[in-house]
Amino acid sequence: MTVYDPGPDVISVQRGPQPGGVGAVYRAFGETLRGLKTSFMRVVEGPVTIEYPEEKTPVYPRFRGRHKLHRFEDSGLEKCVGCSLCAAACPADCIRVVAAENTHDHQVSAGERYAAVYEINMTRCIFCGYCEVACPFDAITMGNDYELADYTRSDLIFTKEMLLADHPERTPLRREGE
Amino acid sequence: MNALPLADVNYVEGTIVQIAKSIVIFLFVLQVVPLILLLERKLLGRFQARIGPNRVGPFGLLQPLADVLKLLSKEQSTPSTAVPWMMAIAPVISIFAAVVTLAIIPFGNNGDWGGQWGLYGIDVPIGVLFYFAFGALAFYALLLGGWGSGSKYSFLGAMRSAAQLISYEIALGLSLLGVVIQAQSLSLTEITQAQGSLWYVVPQFVGFCAFMVAGFAETNRPPFDLAEGDSEIVGGFNTEFGGMRFGSFFMAEYINMIVIAGIATAMFLGGWHGPGPDYLNPLWVVLKMFFFIVLFIWVRATLPRFRYDQLMSFGWKVLLPLTTINVLVTAIIVAT
Repeated sequence: MTVYDPGPDVISVQRGPQPGGVGAVYRAFGETLRGLKTSFMRVVEGPVTIEYPEEKTPVYPRFRGRHKLHRFEDSGLEKCVGCSLCAAACPADCIRVVAAENTHDHQVSAGERYAAVYEINMTRCIFCGYCEVACPFDAITMGNDYELADYTRSDLIFTKEMLLADHPERTPLRREGE
Repeated sequence: MNALPLADVNYVEGTIVQIAKSIVIFLFVLQVVPLILLLERKLLGRFQARIGPNRVGPFGLLQPLADVLKLLSKEQSTPSTAVPWMMAIAPVISIFAAVVTLAIIPFGNNGDWGGQWGLYGIDVPIGVLFYFAFGALAFYALLLGGWGSGSKYSFLGAMRSAAQLISYEIALGLSLLGVVIQAQSLSLTEITQAQGSLWYVVPQFVGFCAFMVAGFAETNRPPFDLAEGDSEIVGGFNTEFGGMRFGSFFMAEYINMIVIAGIATAMFLGGWHGPGPDYLNPLWVVLKMFFFIVLFIWVRATLPRFRYDQLMSFGWKVLLPLTTINVLVTAIIVAT
């Protein structure tokens, strides 16, 4: 008969001492001292606090924050052609697009039409990123900013001008391998 | 033969010296309590790997001031079922019992700083008994406060503190009795003087451990804060107290911490004995007390609260026999 050898998979179980006698003394003093050591190690390690308004947790590049609308860098024309696919894809129904025709005198976007009104209601947006996925021209992307609080609800309806403007990045980005 | 004196004091100082000393002690404690409060919050933070309060003033130094101002400006409320005079008197007893005990803690020997006066409030020959008397009196504050609040949680807290008092006061007394037998005196000053060569923490180690455990119970601090028990009975005896009445209870708890630290220093850690010239003696007392206060905070950050029955069984089945045997052994060794 061969004895089954489980090999290195065995984990030794550490059991506490039995109550009563020497075990009880150990429980009273040894375990208390062990607890004191555990909490003292936290002092040695130092605090892990990130003092938020001054320091910020770096976010990953894929972090979905405040939206941005983009222009072509060479011509300066808007990428958005007012197709409303983002509005159709939005599960929270927070994007409103009103399209208008480009003319020769008034060329706003690269296509035939442009978005005359482009509004995102940030109080409703769930930051799912579907607008970014739906956009055929990469005109709308999600940025990294998450500090969007404001005093009134109407201030949180972001217009096309606000989304197109060069918004200063206020969120640190996590570096490679961090 | 002359009649027995009502109170026997080892060395009687002038009235003005005594008044000055009592004022200095009271002011000292009033200044130290907020500092300990801040120290506790800072240290608790460190023990929990966080920073602690650092918003009010530089390094959060003004935090206690903000706390006290907030408590002072709060409204005093009394439940309709409460007994108002009990609620009014409870914090007074609490803080009175705490401050009075400070008087007997010796910070230095008689004549340390020149002249014939000692660095202690008063050197009563019944020092240890004095401490027990006022330590027990402090529990009336908890009882009256909890009972007079007319709230079931407060009542539960008061009952718990009563049970705790009975379970621990005896062990506390017996743990100090070993030291008293060795020093042949009840006066804290004389006990400290007797520790010139060897601190009593060495021969009386069992008594020291028992005293520390019972001391934690005496101050109503974790892991023996059953009378407060925030997580199960709201705030225990102080549930219905607000404003500076609560503040008084709070302050009394911290003064009690200082008192226990002072008694432990004088009884076990050699009081003012330490290297250096005589005028540095109070510094050693303060440093030793600081060690105990840090220990109090450290234990608070580590141990969970005892269950009610665990506390009772620990007090009666472990501490009481242990301290009794300690006293008996000490007595036999000293007598022979």
